[in-house]
Amino acid sequence: MLSQLTKLGIRKDHLERLSPLAYFGIVVLGVVAFVAIFAPWLAPYELTHMDVTRQLESPSGDHWLGTDENGADVLTLIIYGTRVACLVGIAVVSICSTVGIILGAVSGFFGGVIDEVIMRITDILMAFPGILLAILIIFITQEPSLLAVIGALSVSGWAGYARLVRGQVLSVRDEAYVEAATALGFGPKRILFRHVVPNTLAPVIIQATFGVAGAILAEAALSFLGLGPQDMPSWGAQLDQGASYFLLTPHMAIFPGLAIMFTVLSINFVGDGLRDILDPRGLSRH
Amino acid sequence: MTRFLVRRFFTSFIVLFGVVTLVFFILRAVPGDPVESILGEQALEVDKEQMRECLNLDEPLWNQYLLFWQDVFDLSFGELCDQPGVTVAEQLVEVIPATFELALAAMFFAILIGIPLGIIAAIRPYSWIDNTSAVISLMGISIPNFWLGPMLLILFSLTLQVLPNPGAQVTGLTALVLPAITLGTAMSAKLMRMTRSSMLEVLNREFVRTAKAKGVSRARVVLKHALRNALIPVVTIIGLQFGALLTGAIIVEKIFARPGVGTMLLDGIEARNYLVVQGCVLFISFSYVVVNLLTDLVYGMVDPRIRYD
Repeated sequence: MLSQLTKLGIRKDHLERLSPLAYFGIVVLGVVAFVAIFAPWLAPYELTHMDVTRQLESPSGDHWLGTDENGADVLTLIIYGTRVACLVGIAVVSICSTVGIILGAVSGFFGGVIDEVIMRITDILMAFPGILLAILIIFITQEPSLLAVIGALSVSGWAGYARLVRGQVLSVRDEAYVEAATALGFGPKRILFRHVVPNTLAPVIIQATFGVAGAILAEAALSFLGLGPQDMPSWGAQLDQGASYFLLTPHMAIFPGLAIMFTVLSINFVGDGLRDILDPRGLSRH
Repeated sequence: MTRFLVRRFFTSFIVLFGVVTLVFFILRAVPGDPVESILGEQALEVDKEQMRECLNLDEPLWNQYLLFWQDVFDLSFGELCDQPGVTVAEQLVEVIPATFELALAAMFFAILIGIPLGIIAAIRPYSWIDNTSAVISLMGISIPNFWLGPMLLILFSLTLQVLPNPGAQVTGLTALVLPAITLGTAMSAKLMRMTRSSMLEVLNREFVRTAKAKGVSRARVVLKHALRNALIPVVTIIGLQFGALLTGAIIVEKIFARPGVGTMLLDGIEARNYLVVQGCVLFISFSYVVVNLLTDLVYGMVDPRIRYD
């Protein structure tokens, strides 16, 4: 693990310089991952448990965070909701960064027509602000599933990575080590993906970290609008339900939101920490 | 400069062309019969036939695509076939002011909070003020607006009873306060971080040191010399964030039951009326592209040092 990190330009003393907030973030994310994996053992009720005689109850000994409109336990739903958040966050960022790195690297390295075409496609995708394109794609699926949401967010998400990697590749393309690799007779594929790309990854790692937070927020926003995965409990969908009952009982709106906020905040802490150690200028915090 | 302008307009044109094409083909991939989803399955065969004709669904696909372009060019975005004579654009025009009012109020709030805090944080980097505001701004980015909205409602409308509930048919500024704060918080956090880093960079430059050395007062150095230079990247962020405000408005309008483009879009999705969905999506992307173009042009005017070649 450490040797792999070294390849990406992260050294051991870097990790020691990570800010306390970043460590706090890592701990919280560890807890979230633990909850996601062991959800069935941690949840006080079965996921399918509903007690129609106990709808919209406030927090009590039986239901620590109360019950929802179907009489389901809110804590159980939040615990299972970590699975959707983790799956969406990790899947979307893995897909987007892989596609973005490959297309961005090819675009920046070879230039010409390929570059022009790929960049115009990213322009078009980025003309849809935020989750707008995802809303449009999900509109054509009748019952949005988890896969549909991941797909929709990935289609609109890779363009940012491609732009970033292209810029990075352009800035190192003419470095001496690339010339040396060419002189040694290496093929363009090897030079690009073994020499150029690894040297451009530090900002990609930072963007990917924030990307996980962005994907989790986007999924929650889609669910809040009723366009999220219908096959799994999502924090956004619980918030949507809670928001329509907030005059009656606020607990259903409060807790899923806290879960989203703490997860996203922790990821942003880690992202900020990584930027502080990977960004040579050191001062930037935007 | 002229070359830049030509190229910039050309790119925007290509982007708009791509956006229209993409939206057209995505929406034509909707499974099921769009006529039935608008009229309902029990509708009379005559009505269905009429609707099919009205939606141009009896034409071949490429012909539909050309007719779609015609609707875009005459800025009608198509006729609403369930309400003959009414175009999507007419419906949009009715709701656009509400959305723009919300977006502008949110932007005003964001600038009012974000830029002063960013300046204060940059004057004393790594002090407790800076660290606190760094954490607050991270929280501002991490709090989803669809949670912040209900929380503000619980606090101000329910507990303190100082601001109106949504749906209470209130108008005027008070009805705009909570929606604007909800929508503007994330942007104010981003502006704050951007202002801080931009100010820090400028405050270390030679001309600032020179100004200090010749005895210019601290306030004047910060506000006059440094801020004017630091604001240039901030202006860009404000432009880029406009799109985020328009998308965020979809969510905020839902929370506060406000009319607007977002509400129209969600109603269109609910009714599975793809003409409405298409019109709203095109409107939002078009405004985003235009604002980005304007930002790029303004950028050149604000900073004469920027050269485009």
